Amino acid sequence: MRDHLLAVRSEKAPCQTTIAEAIMSSREVGPSNSASPRELTQNPLKKIWMPLPCKNGLPEKHISQRKVCMTNCPTLIVTVGLPARGKTYISKKLTRYLNWIGVPTREFNVGQYRRECVKIYKSFEFFRPDNEEGLKIRQQCASAALNDVRQYLADEGGQVAVFDATNTTRERRQTITAFAEQNGFKVFFVESVCEDPVVIAENIVQVKLGSPDYMNCNTEEAMEDFKKRIECYENSYETLDEVWDRHLSYIKIIDVGRRYLVNQVQDHIQSRIVYYLMNIHITPRSIYLCRHGESDLNVKGCIGGDSGLSPRGREFAKYLGKFIESQDISDLKVWTSQMKRTIQTAEAVSVPYEQWKALNEIDAGVCEEMMYEEIQQHYPLEFALRDQDKYRYRYPKGESYEDLVQRLEPVIMELERQENVLVICHQAVMRCLLAYFLDKTAEELPYLKCPLHTVLKLTPVAYGCKVESIFLNVDAVNTHRDRPENVNIHRTTEDALQTVPAHL
Amino acid sequence: MLYGGQVEKIELQQTPLLKIWVPWLGIGGCKISRRRGSSVPQLTNSPTLIVMVGLPARGKTYISKKLTRYLNWIGFPTKVFNLGQYRRDAVQTYKNFEFFRQDNKEAMQIRKACASNALKDICIYFSKENGQVAVFDATNTTRERRVSIVSFAKEKGYKVFFVESICDDPDIIAQNITEVKVSSPDYVNCDKEEALADFLKRIECYKQTYVPLDDEKDRNLSYIKIFDVGSRYLVNRVQDHIQSRIVYYLMNIHVTPRSIYLTRHGESELNLLGRIGGDSGLSPRGHKYAASLGSFLKGQNIKDLKVWTSHMKRTIQTAEHLGVPYEQWKALNEIDAGVCEELTYEEIQEKHPEEFALRDQDKYRYRYPKGESYEDLVHRLEPVIMELERQENVLVVCHQAVMRCLLAYLLDKTSDELPYLKCPLHTVLRLTPVAYGCKMENIFLNVEAVNTHRERPVNVDVTRDPAEALKTIPDHF
Repeated sequence: MRDHLLAVRSEKAPCQTTIAEAIMSSREVGPSNSASPRELTQNPLKKIWMPLPCKNGLPEKHISQRKVCMTNCPTLIVTVGLPARGKTYISKKLTRYLNWIGVPTREFNVGQYRRECVKIYKSFEFFRPDNEEGLKIRQQCASAALNDVRQYLADEGGQVAVFDATNTTRERRQTITAFAEQNGFKVFFVESVCEDPVVIAENIVQVKLGSPDYMNCNTEEAMEDFKKRIECYENSYETLDEVWDRHLSYIKIIDVGRRYLVNQVQDHIQSRIVYYLMNIHITPRSIYLCRHGESDLNVKGCIGGDSGLSPRGREFAKYLGKFIESQDISDLKVWTSQMKRTIQTAEAVSVPYEQWKALNEIDAGVCEEMMYEEIQQHYPLEFALRDQDKYRYRYPKGESYEDLVQRLEPVIMELERQENVLVICHQAVMRCLLAYFLDKTAEELPYLKCPLHTVLKLTPVAYGCKVESIFLNVDAVNTHRDRPENVNIHRTTEDALQTVPAHL
Repeated sequence: MLYGGQVEKIELQQTPLLKIWVPWLGIGGCKISRRRGSSVPQLTNSPTLIVMVGLPARGKTYISKKLTRYLNWIGFPTKVFNLGQYRRDAVQTYKNFEFFRQDNKEAMQIRKACASNALKDICIYFSKENGQVAVFDATNTTRERRVSIVSFAKEKGYKVFFVESICDDPDIIAQNITEVKVSSPDYVNCDKEEALADFLKRIECYKQTYVPLDDEKDRNLSYIKIFDVGSRYLVNRVQDHIQSRIVYYLMNIHVTPRSIYLTRHGESELNLLGRIGGDSGLSPRGHKYAASLGSFLKGQNIKDLKVWTSHMKRTIQTAEHLGVPYEQWKALNEIDAGVCEELTYEEIQEKHPEEFALRDQDKYRYRYPKGESYEDLVHRLEPVIMELERQENVLVVCHQAVMRCLLAYLLDKTSDELPYLKCPLHTVLRLTPVAYGCKMENIFLNVEAVNTHRERPVNVDVTRDPAEALKTIPDHF
């Protein structure tokens, strides 16, 4: 089998998925010998049918890929634009999104490299086009960053790298393109063009004044200096050109998304990136996340199901209504799942609401409506596997957190488009949404604390999200089960149930 | 939209067909004015008027029809209003390009009247026929014409989104003319050369007054400009969710010739027993089919074929016979029959007779208890369709309900027809885009299998006899 695989690999051109890579991914499967099709076995963790050979019993460690093989070659995203045009904002947000949907992505901010190289920032003079020493250092920093990019994409399993720098000259971009070609990376440029002085001033205030560069300056000094910094770039700025750059793949974002120019989208991931960038906005707003009020099944310690609210749950719904009113939110949209408990909760908030099936709680398959004690009793192996890898673990005839994220992607996309939204959902769902907004890893996600009767108010600020946690003062059971110490499939019942929260 | 307000006892009831929880408003039942079935909120308020812009033979009608098909499939009632059709109805016989000359006053009158009628019909579609999107398929090449459409829309409260197609590649234009113009009713009595020559002169008539959407002057309009069949796009002022979806769709479609092959998994063990759902393996005949499928594909000599399966054993086993790499999509899993999983139809009738009847009443919207509806399936499959549009040659190995949904999209079937489309086992459907639609070839690979197609019985009433319910059940072991 192995020789067959190696033989096929050598036939492939450099930029195509090798069969070995295909075997490694949990979704793409290499070819069998058509004369005798391979036996299938269901991977115990992810419940994926895979051809043998497969390790017995214990979960396979596959490089988890989202759905389709997103990319063949790794992709290098290159930002382009004058300072204070939102390049870092876009880089960080895009990176966060791609990681959340399962595409390993990392950003490489050349400004960071520069700060590490030149310990103390003096003034804008560093960026003057005639400052030879400055130019040399900046070029070295860019090279160092590209080197790290190459390592990340070629050696560390990265799939997308975001090269965040001004890249305002054609010369610099040609260097990058050549570098990418040499290494077999696809290149996609993201240029941000903006001439609105109000927007630029706001950017400077939000993220530049607080930068390490201006630690020892007051606001006016910092403003002045930064404006002069921008001027250093202006003279040599060559925007991506419709004619000269017609063979490059890029999106030009004009005036914070009023207008887009999209050129030569090559593949699926670039198409997704374009769609995402065209849906985000920077209008100030808040996103409120909460779970339904305590349900009857919550009280019993049972997972899943479609029960109604307990008396305390109804109390919470009432307080939620009052809380929302007190916040005096303009044009609030309210979203629920299609499960009874979230809808009952929304009914107490006197704002129209929309039901999304995609917001339904994770499907626990054969474990639906069971208590943890019952799961341990009937499915001890499953219970242990779940503790070993809670993100990827799929309930038999049910879903995994990984499935949930895929299911929630359209919700996130619409949340990006919207302004003020209250999402009334469920524990696992809320963890997934929260992980997106707070940039949590797949390992952290399934253990994020999302207690009942608590509203999280998320407000985008600078490069991230401010979180306010508001407990509405109605008691509820705790439904959070921490990862126990012993996750071995041979553990005792006691060890397995160590972290189960109290219930009736 | 549902309005909250009740505080103490929040009573809900679950609608029997759609399984949606709605407030219980007493004996009279629920008074929801808007249909609440869909698994995804509609997220639209005003109707949307999509206005095509471009010289003849730039793909406007192709885009109009394709976009309409897509929007209808994802649940936005959409209709095309093709001005050429109105003109053909008004002027029974087409003589030649002279009709389109700028100085032909009589013709101009007729054309203006046609445009007016089309807009009137759009009004009726929105206000009386529950339409949500109308695609006004015409050249709309002058600013004057576009300005009048915008004011018409403003008056009525419709949102406007322009789709302009710009192309100057003579090869593409000639290809378009050959594929769809030469065979148009206008040229029914001409030979190919005559038709081509006349049509080129027709294009010249428009060129003189063509004013493309302008970066500056039209900066407040919402539009997408498509250059050279998609090598470049300019997108301006996307206003809302549906415009964003339209842009995404238009940016993913292409015109490169290719074929899509659809098939179900080989016959499964549960198929043999007449049981629905589950995750069983292939029967011996199923394996035989899969092997035949492998030979068939080799014979077709398809360039760069991608193979997709679901996560269910039977599709994967089928793909294993093909000897090529394949990708598993959870989204291609069969419809979840919830509490009816792995039951026979007889058992469903026995255990859940009311559910069985409701399903026959509205098979598209009916959701199994703790399961899914066809409507849910369509939303689940949307990313698959989007990726199918991006790809070239693809073989999708899937399941009966899933295949019906995909087929309905490709062949523009309504939601009433969709759940009854015939997708028998051991048959490959080869779909090849041609002109404005899809050519379909049906290839039975000569390996016998059970029939799993259940027609809608005559009696769908909840009070019917079991015999009437079971009348159309296919045979099984």
